[in-house]
Amino acid sequence: MSGEAIVFYLLAAVTLASGVIVVTSENIVHSAAALVPSFLGVTGLYILLNAEFVAGIQVLIYAGAITVLILFAIMLTEGGTGFGTRQRNEQAAVGAAVAAAMAVLLIVIATRTGWTAGSGTLPLYTPGVIGQSFLRQNILVFEGTSVVLLISLMGAILIARRED
Amino acid sequence: MPGLTHYLVVSALLFALGLFAVVTRRNSVAILMGVELMLNAANINLVAFNKYVAPGAMQGQIFALIVITLAACEAAVGLALVLAAYRTLETVYVDEINLMKW
Repeated sequence: MSGEAIVFYLLAAVTLASGVIVVTSENIVHSAAALVPSFLGVTGLYILLNAEFVAGIQVLIYAGAITVLILFAIMLTEGGTGFGTRQRNEQAAVGAAVAAAMAVLLIVIATRTGWTAGSGTLPLYTPGVIGQSFLRQNILVFEGTSVVLLISLMGAILIARRED
Repeated sequence: MPGLTHYLVVSALLFALGLFAVVTRRNSVAILMGVELMLNAANINLVAFNKYVAPGAMQGQIFALIVITLAACEAAVGLALVLAAYRTLETVYVDEINLMKW
């Protein structure tokens, strides 16, 4: 087994094991804390896929910002960990069956399809190429995203503001 | 050497975990965590297809960056809605939130 394979299996194990803790923990703070190793495992997978810039953004936004946001929301709403409260609805068995069926379906599709290997090579320095692409052929997407970001943050402030 | 299929299988399992959280959790913050896991699974697919199926283009990584940005928007708006619902209805458990207006 090559070194890349060992690293891949380690990162996949970290990601999925912390994902299991996120979805099964009775303590909601433990769930939020387990999101961090899960996101960092995904970051490692991005680095294995030669997407260094996406990996950096993943650390900054997911592992940094979104986890802190979720922890703040937990502290502002529940006033505790939610421990002792029922955390799962009555449909847990059906939901598990549906999720397992979805996983089997996706895995069968992914393994049975003959994906055609593309030609060409990834550029060595992807952040530069991504930046140039954002300011040339993808400028419309870039500007549209900035408008969506502005409007959603204004909407979040408007919704969360205490009305007086 | 891990190939495209390995990444797709990891992403499918992560997606199923997120789906399980979304359909069974009662706490709306935990449901949002499930949504984040599903978005991460989709992003792994996009970046993996970029490397193995279309290595000449960068569109997969750019799409993943856009998805990460919009996931941040979604988390901000979703958590603001959770706070607003908690302020009026005093619960974050989605099976107890059954009113559109109080």
